[in-house]
Amino acid sequence: MIALTELTVSRHNPLVDPTLHVWEWQIPIYLFFGGLVAGLMIIAGVRLIAMRPKQREALVCCTIGPIVGLAFLSLGMFVLFLDLSHKLYVWRLYTTFQITSPMSWGSWILLLVYPALLGNALAHLPEAIPALAKRFPILVTWSDFILARQKLVLSIGVANMLVGIALGIYTGILLGTLGARLLWNSALLGPLFLFSGLSTAAAVLHGILVLTTPDEERPAFADFLLSSLARLVEARPLDKKVGPVLAGADNSFLTIELGLLCLFLIGHLSSTGAHQQAAGLLLTGSYAAVFWVLVVGMGILLPLVLQTLELENRIQHTLAPAMLVVFGGLALRFILVFAGQESHWLQALN
Amino acid sequence: MSRYGMVIDTRRCVGCHDCVVACKTENGVPEGYSRDWIVEEAHGKFPTVQLEIRSERCNHCDNPPCVSCCPTGASHVHERGGVVLVTHDKCIGCKACLAACPYDARFIHPDGYADKCTFCIHRVEAGLDPACVSVCPTHCMHFGDLDDPLSEVSRLLNSRPHHPLIPEAGTKPCIFYLT
Amino acid sequence: MSNLSRRRFLKIGAGTIAAAGALEGAGRVMAGAGNAAQSGLRTVPTFCNVCFWECGAIASIRDGKLWKIEGNPLDPLSNGRLCPRGTGGIGAHSDPDRLRSPLIRVSERGEEKWKEVTWDEALNFVAEKMQKIKSTYCPESFAAFIHGLGGTFFKHTLRAYGTDNIAAPSFAQCRGPRDVGFTLTYGDDVRSPERTDIENAQCIVLIGSHLGENMHNTQVQEFAHAVGRGVSLIVADPRLSVAASKAKFYLPVKAGTDIALLLAWMNVIVGEKLYDKEYVDKYGFGFEQFSAEVQAFTPEWAYPETGIDPDTIRATAREMARYRPATLIHPGRHSSWYGDDAQRSRAIALLNALMGSWGRKGGLYVPAKMDVPAYPHLPYPQPGKPDVDNPNNKFPFANETISTGIREATLTGEPYPVKGWLVYATNLLNSLANQAETIRAIQQLDLLVVVDTIPSEIAGWADVVLPESTYLERYDELHSEAFKHPFIALRQPVVEAPGEQKPNWWIAKKLAEKLGLSAYYPWNDIEEYLAARLKAGGYSFDELKRNGVILGKQPPIYFEDGAPAVFDTPSKKIEFYSMQLKQAGFDPVPRYTRPEPGPANSFRLLFGRAPMHSFSRTQSNHLLMDLMSENAVWVNATEAGRLGLKSGDYVRLRNQDGQLSSRIRVKATERIRPDCVYMVHGFGHTSRELRFAFGKGASDSQLITRYKTDPLMGGTGVNVNFVTIETEA
Repeated sequence: MIALTELTVSRHNPLVDPTLHVWEWQIPIYLFFGGLVAGLMIIAGVRLIAMRPKQREALVCCTIGPIVGLAFLSLGMFVLFLDLSHKLYVWRLYTTFQITSPMSWGSWILLLVYPALLGNALAHLPEAIPALAKRFPILVTWSDFILARQKLVLSIGVANMLVGIALGIYTGILLGTLGARLLWNSALLGPLFLFSGLSTAAAVLHGILVLTTPDEERPAFADFLLSSLARLVEARPLDKKVGPVLAGADNSFLTIELGLLCLFLIGHLSSTGAHQQAAGLLLTGSYAAVFWVLVVGMGILLPLVLQTLELENRIQHTLAPAMLVVFGGLALRFILVFAGQESHWLQALN
Repeated sequence: MSRYGMVIDTRRCVGCHDCVVACKTENGVPEGYSRDWIVEEAHGKFPTVQLEIRSERCNHCDNPPCVSCCPTGASHVHERGGVVLVTHDKCIGCKACLAACPYDARFIHPDGYADKCTFCIHRVEAGLDPACVSVCPTHCMHFGDLDDPLSEVSRLLNSRPHHPLIPEAGTKPCIFYLT
Repeated sequence: MSNLSRRRFLKIGAGTIAAAGALEGAGRVMAGAGNAAQSGLRTVPTFCNVCFWECGAIASIRDGKLWKIEGNPLDPLSNGRLCPRGTGGIGAHSDPDRLRSPLIRVSERGEEKWKEVTWDEALNFVAEKMQKIKSTYCPESFAAFIHGLGGTFFKHTLRAYGTDNIAAPSFAQCRGPRDVGFTLTYGDDVRSPERTDIENAQCIVLIGSHLGENMHNTQVQEFAHAVGRGVSLIVADPRLSVAASKAKFYLPVKAGTDIALLLAWMNVIVGEKLYDKEYVDKYGFGFEQFSAEVQAFTPEWAYPETGIDPDTIRATAREMARYRPATLIHPGRHSSWYGDDAQRSRAIALLNALMGSWGRKGGLYVPAKMDVPAYPHLPYPQPGKPDVDNPNNKFPFANETISTGIREATLTGEPYPVKGWLVYATNLLNSLANQAETIRAIQQLDLLVVVDTIPSEIAGWADVVLPESTYLERYDELHSEAFKHPFIALRQPVVEAPGEQKPNWWIAKKLAEKLGLSAYYPWNDIEEYLAARLKAGGYSFDELKRNGVILGKQPPIYFEDGAPAVFDTPSKKIEFYSMQLKQAGFDPVPRYTRPEPGPANSFRLLFGRAPMHSFSRTQSNHLLMDLMSENAVWVNATEAGRLGLKSGDYVRLRNQDGQLSSRIRVKATERIRPDCVYMVHGFGHTSRELRFAFGKGASDSQLITRYKTDPLMGGTGVNVNFVTIETEA
């Protein structure tokens, strides 16, 4: 008969007992936006460098993407600010740099993200949104300034790529270094978040691209979205060069993301008992249903299959896969943040 | 270099919680919160049950993850004794340190900053023991310099079996429990 | 008396914590020694009152606010370290639910509807009714239930008024059986604080005593030191208490069979000649008859009764003998368990006698106290009637007033009516067994006055509630108990009371004045009284105010050092065989009676203490409630599993008479026998004015509807109730 262990702890601190729950919805939302913006930045940087003038898809990637990214980033940082319990002192983040703290790294990286995104957006803004350029001629000036300097264009592109990678990875490293929460304790969490962010960004850009197709060629916005959800629609033909590239890119990101997720779990399952138990939370425990159904099924496998079938023209194109990917990215972060706080060195008793 | 630590005799401890309430009054810990607490761990089947009673708190680790994760330097190691402290007006309340601690020793004070046991540094630097050590009616708690081989804590560690908490977490805690 | 609508409620526990804090800061702090400095740090010595141990304490005031309380290093009870209740005592001062002003009820008893009145109004009301009782019946028809040192002046006033029907519930409901059992054996009782020399014991035997959870400060300190130095600890308890977890031998004895175990031990010790022969020969009476009596009670005989196998009984008996005379079989304190408790305590006393530990080092020492002359007063009137609690000496060996006897007389009107009660510092509804009887008795009264610091359940039933200031806000009678080191301790105010509360001496004196008994209080205020007493004894009031404690010289405390070996028994010796018991028709040597089993599938209800709470008086202390905010019912893990329960589930307990408890959390544990359940006493408050404590946990007192009365001394054995567990929904 295995001896029973009874553990009675008299501590009852808010947010800590009975299990740690210091981070609620604000953190997963920020992580999601952060990953999304990171993906947008990397794709924007790449497209800026490999830009073919006047290609609508390229414009969406390297101009619209960054603009949307600026909005999401600001929203994300606001949500992050909401999570702080000592808000009046938030400026303390910027009076120091703590080299061992991924959060300190992140707070400075976030500052760099703004100019990078702005630079990328400004480069081709007049082409992307002519109406805006007409209203604010200064935009044309700035765009010309940048495009005239090849080295500057290159720098902006590379900056977006590198800062984007940093942004995408640092949150995973941040959670990963919180060794007390065993589920997060993996070097793979950084790359996992990065590739999740990339696949989400690709999905968002795909969606933007589809939705910004010229009027006469696409049905009404609402109808289009609803149709995508309800049934396969009489979809407007996709720009042949656009759809496959982005969808294909998305598929690559999704595949890598799935691979990283597998390695992440394998790492835990071959580590200490406490690590195995942490992984168990997702695989068979209290988070199993949402993990398998929402994150793996709906967030990765289903869009992979649907997009593959779309690319082979076996089914009609819809925005369903893109939406599933976005949803899956959000679900991944929610579940990791919540389950992670429950994982602990002290293995669950009996 | 001094390295403050505690040695707690679980054989003598009766789990009375005097250490908890003495800390609360000494340090004005708000109602609903505690910087230290009692854990009772029972193994076995009736009537053969082993019971270990421990007074736990922040372990003022030598490798404190709560310090390395802090983005503002609010969480830091004191210049003397290796005591881990929080500078309230540098803390932004991000709660990374709460997540970093394998002992769940920290909490967010109602005023917004991260808080925890301070080894009563204000008492220690006045030549007194921490409040919990001073109040304990069973005299099971000992505080002192682990780096001093002649200190009471060092001598106790050398003479009796002991264990720290969750050593596998690698934080190098400075509180040891005599068994 | 103003005429108020029945619907008008007045909040008697008015004020938020913030308001209380403002009052504290603004109030003038009364200095014990030196000047009344407002800021900076001041310390005031006093002694604690969260329990009866009354340890010497030093309170710190910082910037005019009460900061913390620590032990007084000079005090021999605490040795400078308080227990958690003492440390948390400041929560009693800041308790938002505490009584603020005198109250008179404005509706039916127990409905807890009051009007606030002035002290004059309240005391006039009480005095008037007391005089009416005196004239209609007799002064003896007014009785009192009093607990603790603070009752001294109430006793004085009542005796001056003409009644001696004054009971401490701690006799019949708690330590009485033990004290009677020891008095029958040794001619002296165990005293309070107990005369245990744990400090020097080599072997300690605990029968149901859960020292460590039961926080008698000095004893716990000495116990922990003893454990630390490797003392041989033997614990017999149906529950694996903290003490049991540190034992060399843990005996999971079946509840109610302790006498069988004790007899078997004595059988072995006598049979194998392991007793202290020299001691027994010198001091014992009736040893031969005693030996003959215990011959039948072999370990084999005890095994099926107790569940403890014969080898273990023999091994532990021999272990005890190995260390004699420094073998202490602890007398316990709350001993009112099964109705044969005085005899069980006598068995414990006899076992100690076999070890030769009474009056010896490591056993039970001879205590001494410092004498401070009493303040002279007029002689009390001669009683016109015999005491009401023990008519016809029904309980021949009761040597203190039987509280439940007073209740019985109130209920029946025999031997004469009791028409008024004063209750001081005891929550009678929790202390007396069977709440229904207490309530029925209350309904017979013309007057119920309750003096308390918090709106306890008994206060809820009163006609008049008089709010006392807490120990941190008042002077009290001098504290000088018989102890290992004789001492005198002073209680003096540390902070001002936040409302209309008054100290006991003031209330008792004012009441006396209104009863026309001013002559019994020839002094103006307590300081005058204390100063006079101390001066008469040759002690310095100033020194006492400064240090809190004056220590006396320790006389010899062991027989071998010259302490008097006198036994105030009929034989003037230790009575191994008690002729007076025999003559009264009782067993001269204790005998075992098998406890009555409960209904099928029920659990025997056992209760005990937690180190951070005192009875039912600390559940509105926010500091202490932060340590433990509710009690739990301990259920054997296997039994819990069978019932589909796990730790953290909430259940209700129903006793054999259908009484249902409030919700209580389950603790499924391997630390208790399958045939009983256990909970900490004092929770499950039903007084609505105890807003913070209300409804937290469940009340064992509510479930104690049956009791067995000890025929020797009237004690009420309460471990005779059984419960079943009812799950929610």
